[in-house]
Amino acid sequence: MNFLRKKLDTLKPHFTEGGKLAKLRSVFEGFESFIFVPNKVTHKGSHVRDANDMKRTMIVVVVALIPALLFGAYNTGLQHFRATGIEAGILQNFWFGFLKILPLIVVSYVVGLGIEFTAAQIRGHEINEGFLVTGLLIPLIMPVDVPLWMLALATAFAVIIGVEIFGGPGMNILNPALTARAFLFFSYPGWMTGDEVWIAGLKGGQQVIDGFSGATPMALSAAWETDRLPSFLEMFIGTIPGSVGETSTIAILIGAFILVATGIGSWKVIVSVFAGALGMGLLLNLIAVNPYMELPVYYHFVMGGFAFGAVFMATDPVSGAQTERGKWIYGLLIGIFSIIFRVLNPAYPEGVMLAILLMNVFAPLIDHYVIQSNIKRRLKRNRVALNNR
Amino acid sequence: MSKREREPLFSTKNVKLLTEPLGRNNPITVQVLGICSALAITVKLKPALVMAVSVVFVIAISSVVIAALRKQIPERIRIIVQLVVIASLVILVDQVLKAYAFDVSKQLSVFVGLIITNCIIMGRLEGFAMANRPWKAFLDGLGNGAGYGLILVIVAFFRELLGSGTLMDYPVMEKLGAYSIGYEDNGMMILPPMALIVVGLIIWVHRSRDKSLVEKH
Repeated sequence: MNFLRKKLDTLKPHFTEGGKLAKLRSVFEGFESFIFVPNKVTHKGSHVRDANDMKRTMIVVVVALIPALLFGAYNTGLQHFRATGIEAGILQNFWFGFLKILPLIVVSYVVGLGIEFTAAQIRGHEINEGFLVTGLLIPLIMPVDVPLWMLALATAFAVIIGVEIFGGPGMNILNPALTARAFLFFSYPGWMTGDEVWIAGLKGGQQVIDGFSGATPMALSAAWETDRLPSFLEMFIGTIPGSVGETSTIAILIGAFILVATGIGSWKVIVSVFAGALGMGLLLNLIAVNPYMELPVYYHFVMGGFAFGAVFMATDPVSGAQTERGKWIYGLLIGIFSIIFRVLNPAYPEGVMLAILLMNVFAPLIDHYVIQSNIKRRLKRNRVALNNR
Repeated sequence: MSKREREPLFSTKNVKLLTEPLGRNNPITVQVLGICSALAITVKLKPALVMAVSVVFVIAISSVVIAALRKQIPERIRIIVQLVVIASLVILVDQVLKAYAFDVSKQLSVFVGLIITNCIIMGRLEGFAMANRPWKAFLDGLGNGAGYGLILVIVAFFRELLGSGTLMDYPVMEKLGAYSIGYEDNGMMILPPMALIVVGLIIWVHRSRDKSLVEKH
């Protein structure tokens, strides 16, 4: 550590004003504060000191994502070998999936960080940690076989159009990871939907065993073939085809526990998303005019990206609602819309992505009305107090 | 009448009328007018070109007509008079397209008729032709029509090339062999939101090249 500190100290003069590399100052600061706690202190005004700075917050989210990532790697291998009829052990499954997912993660980070660093230099901003999480979220919500150039394009789109245009990380309206996914979903539907894309190798034309179908639970339900769905337990554990990180509800719940226990993800959002889905699901169960509507509501929680979206996407503090009451409304509406999109709109089998993006757009409006109603209530209370005097 | 000094036909002032709308006073990227048709008909290059030519024709001729009549038009009904002139020209364009370019006319469908409501045309008639002599109004109309058409063609170029892999229905991407190395057409380019984003990107480029367009805070 001492060696690193010395090295950084000798380099520092080059990056301060007047130095040769002054233009790259924020890159240097980014790396320095990544390795060491910043030694800057605030000079005036009152301030709260908290060990939980931006970088720790982001790292906790990354840690919370790791169970889903590890299970995703295992499941990728499992699905592939199951489809091709090859016997494989746990480690072999995991290794296959790991090699499949690694390039996705590398591409996502290289492209995203590359653009963020460049943008920060051009604008003279500090480098923000936001992409640490986004860079890992993007591969986790993609089909494993997505071509790397498409992933790079989607990441670039999400970072430039989704984030930088609005003024950089922290100013974005939409969740960047979901923006990347939505971009691919509408741009290259052939790689984002259908029965072949969710299992590694199938789109490339690999031979599958007889009678095998790669249909995800979402696709089966949308086709009203709910009797062919895997068992609830199987979907809960996550040994089903789907996007890399979304299949295992257990792994996601572990992540949710980490987020809630550290206070980084809002439990209100998570609970209200599930509550909204529960309400809407029960309502549809009452109507029940087709097999999808008759599907027991708890199946929705373990199918597709619902749990992943509720835990890791809806809780994004930047694009979600900020006020405490707003979080309940925001979460409830995400849950309700997810189920509506899923069940009532066969064109979009996975409704969670669109529901969260839609509510991202409405989050500032929700906050506005919550604050306004708060102001009104307090004014009224004061008036009553004055009148009674 | 005293003898006024005659301005040459292409004085610097007049040339500016023609060139300003192409660049720093572009109706779409600077004034942000006429956006809806820019979104609707730029999926392919050919309809966009036809639309551009039609608008240039309508705006130039109607500018001349209104400028020539400007002293006779009663103040109170000037908007109606302007609309009558524009509408007759649009009907003319529509009929010509139906006769000589039926397939394009079908692609453009209602948007030919909607040239009437194109705010760029109304804006130029109200803002310029009503107060200037016909020749100047003609140049101004020509410039603004061309400025509109220019952006239309740029947007359509990218949307057709990236969305369908063709240009004027010629399969560019296929001839380049892009599909054989794994390239695929971007389906989102064909959807209207992407037109908005492309226009936005053009505005971004335009403003970063010409800093005088950026508002001071």
